[in-house]
Amino acid sequence: MTTPQDVAVADALPALFPTVRQRGRIAIFIRRHPTIVVGGAFLLALLLIAVFAPWLGTVDPTALAPARRTRPPSAQYWFGTDMLGRDVYSRVLFGTRVSLFVGFSVAILASTIGLLIGIIAGFVRPLDTILMRVMDGLMAIPGILLAIALMALTRGSVANVIIAISVSQIPQVARLVRSGVLTLREQPYVEAAIASGTRLPKILWLHVVPNALAPLAVQATFICAAAMITEATLSFLGAGTPPSIPSWGNIMAEGRAIWQVKPYIVFFPAIFLTITVLAVNMLGDGMRDALDPRLAKSI
Amino acid sequence: MSGPLLEVRNLKKHFPLQGGLFGSVTGYVHAVDGVSFTINRGETLSLVGESGCGKSTVGRCILRLTEPTAGEVLLDGQRIDHLSPGALRPLRQRIQIVFQDPFSSLNPRMRVGDIIAEPIINFGLANNKNEVEDRVSGLMDRVRLPRDAMRRHPHEFSGGQRQRVGIARALAPGPDLIICDEAVSALDVSVKAQIVNLLAALQDELGLALLFISHDLAIVEHVTHRVAVMYLGKIVEISDRRTLFASPQHPYTRALLSAVPVPDPSVRRDRIVLRGDVPSPINPPPGCRFHTRCPFVFDPCRTAAPSLRPIGKTEQLVACHLSSDAAFGQSNAAQLQTAAASKNAPLHGQKRD
Amino acid sequence: MALLEIDRLQTHFGTPDGVVRAVEGVSFNIEEGETVAVVGESGCGKSVTAMSILGLVPQPPARIAGAIRFAGRNLLDLPESEMRKLRGNDIGMIFQEPMSSLNPVLMVGRQIGETLRLHQRLSRRAAESRAIELLDLVGIPEARRRVREYPYQLSGGMRQRVMIAIALACNPRLLIADEPTTALDVTIQAQILDLMRDLKHRLGSAIMLITHDLGVVAEMAERVVVMYAGRKVEEAAAGDIFANPQHPYTRGLLGAVPKLGCSLEHSERSTLAEIPGLVPSLRKPIVGCAFAGRCPKATQLCRELAPAVEEKAPHHQVACHFAERKFPT
Repeated sequence: MTTPQDVAVADALPALFPTVRQRGRIAIFIRRHPTIVVGGAFLLALLLIAVFAPWLGTVDPTALAPARRTRPPSAQYWFGTDMLGRDVYSRVLFGTRVSLFVGFSVAILASTIGLLIGIIAGFVRPLDTILMRVMDGLMAIPGILLAIALMALTRGSVANVIIAISVSQIPQVARLVRSGVLTLREQPYVEAAIASGTRLPKILWLHVVPNALAPLAVQATFICAAAMITEATLSFLGAGTPPSIPSWGNIMAEGRAIWQVKPYIVFFPAIFLTITVLAVNMLGDGMRDALDPRLAKSI
Repeated sequence: MSGPLLEVRNLKKHFPLQGGLFGSVTGYVHAVDGVSFTINRGETLSLVGESGCGKSTVGRCILRLTEPTAGEVLLDGQRIDHLSPGALRPLRQRIQIVFQDPFSSLNPRMRVGDIIAEPIINFGLANNKNEVEDRVSGLMDRVRLPRDAMRRHPHEFSGGQRQRVGIARALAPGPDLIICDEAVSALDVSVKAQIVNLLAALQDELGLALLFISHDLAIVEHVTHRVAVMYLGKIVEISDRRTLFASPQHPYTRALLSAVPVPDPSVRRDRIVLRGDVPSPINPPPGCRFHTRCPFVFDPCRTAAPSLRPIGKTEQLVACHLSSDAAFGQSNAAQLQTAAASKNAPLHGQKRD
Repeated sequence: MALLEIDRLQTHFGTPDGVVRAVEGVSFNIEEGETVAVVGESGCGKSVTAMSILGLVPQPPARIAGAIRFAGRNLLDLPESEMRKLRGNDIGMIFQEPMSSLNPVLMVGRQIGETLRLHQRLSRRAAESRAIELLDLVGIPEARRRVREYPYQLSGGMRQRVMIAIALACNPRLLIADEPTTALDVTIQAQILDLMRDLKHRLGSAIMLITHDLGVVAEMAERVVVMYAGRKVEEAAAGDIFANPQHPYTRGLLGAVPKLGCSLEHSERSTLAEIPGLVPSLRKPIVGCAFAGRCPKATQLCRELAPAVEEKAPHHQVACHFAERKFPT
């Protein structure tokens, strides 16, 4: 091999982007998914509030004090007191527990049952028509009406609220999962698994469910947000969480009669509800972007 | 054991077309319409044709990823087309598949090692975890994947590397036949060569039979022993590699070969440019299915479907009236002359002086 | 002055994972009426080069440097409104996927007519009769009926013909064809290539043909630019590239292409020449020659210093330290 006598070296080209210093993995994650970080941070704060409600300067949220009715916000009563003299701050903080519990429970319950129905409909063709027509029927009724109707049949309790809201959310999950499964079962890697002698339950567990989970997780966050709003609406209408338990819907319902003169009773739980729903939706939006392979692949 | 490894007899697949308000069947797509061939041990048979000719459906029917409408598939003389899924399962060990798209053919959420291990575990080919791992690393060496790939996910690899994973998975159960469904079509030129050579080397080492489904005639000529050319659900010509590429008989085969661009500007060829498009497989033309585009068409082609018949004493089978003596008598002399003249034109081109 | 002069074009994309240097210092010219093929494997930057010329690379996330002079004007300095006047008028384009490049809810005649009405201010009636002429020109039978059809009613080959008709509607001086036949079957590809050659003779547009298929290059191109990892590695007349490739990558690529007719030469199956290894990542700056990692001839020199694109023989540019200089004395 000969060495060339005169070596022509390419001209140096300018760098079009400033050199970025190496960041840690956490810094990269924050930069790439700001919505997940912000939404997650808010949600974490609310979770901590729910867990540590008794230690955050609250008093018994159900303690009546008729002598101190409808006090405006002050150093002693941060959010004021309601018509029965109960501390609104304590009630709102304890209400966080109900909202989050209902939101998370409905998200988990509706996703699990919807996942099962969706997979059965997607893989067992004879059952598909029956299951999906039932789901269509449920979807035809507005969710809130369905929940009210179900609540009318039962006793008001948090558990019943969760079940009632879940029933109205299941059809959407089932549809989503079914359409995902119908696409997944045509995927070459599922066909390769069939050709490799993998049995149906293992195909579902190994190849279908994990790949159906990403869109489901996103849907679950939106369900969680919707459930919290529905719970508040039901409670506000008196068809939800029993009045003995402080929930944001209940607090707003009780403040409704005098909201023109004492708006803070409605204001504070409404703000909390808004922030919570916003946080959950931001988390869901961020997750959708992060999990969408099309967005991730582009460039 | 004598006899072919795989035999396909008169295979048909008609996909129902549903329409109307109540989803009633309004017609059929004749994807595969009476296809027969055999594959011997250690042999590569290529199935070539353009998109929609039914070549992939044939492969899927053999594997029962699609249920055939009619016909027989025999593995070592035993019919496998009517077996229940349970009875078929142990036989799946013997026929494997490599897909076209190296991205969608691997589960994105599984590690490469687990993907290759899946068939080993399914067929109970290893007694414990260590044995599984040994076999997986052996397979990875075979397809020349680095060992550290085992614990990584498919998205960390390029298309060529992923296709190696797909090949390792297909090799894992120790099959006799691998169906390569456009297995190299999605790859870049330099990587394509790597994978083609790998497949040929594996075939020689392991005595595998390959059903190589492809639209790329140049690649096929490099890898195959025998070739079957499909058009609209039927085989129009089948023969050994050399005969087919040296003296193609069916007008479609000739047109197909002459349409392949040759990477050499100094070669000049007389190209047979076919008019029009492939007709719809929903209403395939009567008679010879190629007659709507055939430059040599004459009356019998429009009514009678030619069957696959041997040319002379060779093993070359052609489904064309022009190649059968009976039809020659009926056709008009002028047409035949032009046909004969074009047939003798050089196909692979001549160097310009 | 050449019709199109690309001078040290750089197109980089800023991504959260780092900068992707898709095109890194590419220069070449296209003369009036000339067909130049830009060849390379996926990710070599050939399509990004075309998109950069057309001003279709969104900035951000991308940044573009260098110059793209079309008929003397630097396209990188033109505002979007000027670029819009240029695209479809002076520069026509054909893309790989004819289905997604056509609007599914507009009749094909309308889609051809839109271009004419926009750029040449033709009346609706005049645009339609010109559309029929164009469909006729690109060999679509019964053009009068076809102008009133929707894209889904046409086959893939017909759609690509419609795309060509749209691209040619305003008699562009330059036609950029990005993998125009890759999605088509060989017999249809042969039809489209014949059509493009025929139209070129009749209309005299320059063609920038982007493809990975060396067979298509051999049939169409007069000059060839070979790209690798965002760089131009070799440029020469088509005959020279095929008969006398100088860059090891071009040689490897030509060797790796299966050629029809090999069974006539070897009765046994033959192995194809491979290029070992993988394309380098474009996310990291490449020191030295981009091909050094896969090159059979690479030395320490190649790994440290990037070779300049040099004229090593008349009209034959190569970016390789070891390409011989061959000038007739």
